[in-house]
Amino acid sequence: MTIYLFYFLSFLAILCGLMVVLEKNPVHSVLYLIITFFAIAGHYILLNAQFLAVVHVIVYAGAIMVLFLFVIMLLNLNKETEPHKTNLVKFAAVISAGLLLVVLVAALRGTESLPSPSTINADMGLVKNLGKVLFNQFLLPFETASLLFLAAMVGAVMLGKRDIK
Amino acid sequence: MLSYIIYKAILVVIVFSITLVAAMYSTYAERKIAGFLQDRLGPNRAGPFGILQPVADGVKMFMKEEMIPNVSNKFLFILGPSVAMFTSLMTGAVIPWGTSLTIAGHQYSLQVADVNIGILYLLGVTSVGVYGIMIGGWASNNKFALLGALRASSQMISYEVALGLSIIALIMTTGTLSIGEIAAQQHGWHWNILYQPLGFLIFIICAFAETNRAPFDLPECESELIGGYHTEYSSMKLGFYLFAEYTNMFISSAVIATLYFGGYNMPLLGRFVHDPNALVLLGTFFLFCKICFFIFLFMWVRWTLPRFRYDQLMNLGWKGLIPLAILNIAITGIVMWITGKIN
Repeated sequence: MTIYLFYFLSFLAILCGLMVVLEKNPVHSVLYLIITFFAIAGHYILLNAQFLAVVHVIVYAGAIMVLFLFVIMLLNLNKETEPHKTNLVKFAAVISAGLLLVVLVAALRGTESLPSPSTINADMGLVKNLGKVLFNQFLLPFETASLLFLAAMVGAVMLGKRDIK
Repeated sequence: MLSYIIYKAILVVIVFSITLVAAMYSTYAERKIAGFLQDRLGPNRAGPFGILQPVADGVKMFMKEEMIPNVSNKFLFILGPSVAMFTSLMTGAVIPWGTSLTIAGHQYSLQVADVNIGILYLLGVTSVGVYGIMIGGWASNNKFALLGALRASSQMISYEVALGLSIIALIMTTGTLSIGEIAAQQHGWHWNILYQPLGFLIFIICAFAETNRAPFDLPECESELIGGYHTEYSSMKLGFYLFAEYTNMFISSAVIATLYFGGYNMPLLGRFVHDPNALVLLGTFFLFCKICFFIFLFMWVRWTLPRFRYDQLMNLGWKGLIPLAILNIAITGIVMWITGKIN
């Protein structure tokens, strides 16, 4: 049962991921991306990481993609106004994307040597355990990340101000 | 296993139909209360006291001609109201409508799904609810609809932040994310409103903004935007948008009653009623009384306060409610530290 769900979600994620790139209309691309995020959230639930799944939906599907949609709707992109890319830029994009793929494959090759799933605590993703790990073992990286977010927020407010006195 | 599935299916159908009927009769209540507050009679033609008015409205909605603008994306145009309706009905699953009934030695919980991240689930569904309005507004290919959709989404994102922050203080005092447990903890007089008065105030203001109700109904501000995001909609698709608003109102009243007003708990009830099943059903009854009160509050505010201006709305959200919610978290933390709840 779970394995069928896994295949279904993977299929959905990959199909919608492809559609994000292939779709001509930017608004449709964003909508496909949202479905991709939901499929990934489904994967998290299959891994018993409910907290991560819901936060993924709230943050990515609920906040970031809404802002994306917002900007794209306001820009109102269509064929005539779309900036045309030269062949050189397209070529460079293909090469850099290919390099990224190589890096990803290289990184994923190492997963064979990971410990088998049965030795990992299955309830690892539940809120209680996740909170304990985050605030004990990984306290410093966690707080550093929050500092980074704060800096980004201050930067955005600075840029958003019309006249800086 | 099969009996478990059947019981859950029955429960889902009951919750689903109660939500729909409550939303249906909210439209009637809204018009009756508006009539009362404006010294009119309100609907009184269909049936005794106009009690069949929602049915008549529903039939009218279905019979109206369907218009789909020629230029709009047909699929997204239909998807918009569907998503709005879908997300507004999803929330009822995690609300504890009562404790558990004991029938023939089996315990039957009146909560469809007691997920241990219930509150986050609520926030997640609310944040996805924006898409219904955004997609519909964009697919209409109408400037007024697009402006209404943009207003709605920016308003909902802004108030979601304060909503989440006000809930954090509540989670600090209760120590759980499960809504079932939060309701169970409020037994007797231990209602959360007594521990989190400021948090409740922020929460209810944000709930008004999230459901797009007056005084925050700017997305459908008819004096500026014709009909807002549903300008191009007609027939039952318009009905779905309007219906989703009433469903949202019912669900947020249920959430407010459960999180802050004890849910199905009623003080002193255990002294008079001793049969456990009767106690459970009475608890559910009192939960619905609380919900009705909050629905009334929603309508009372709508017909009393004038609409905010858009910049006032944004100032209230970002400069008023968010600092206040952070202050509430700090006060909660300090009080808990002094009283020795945390060390």
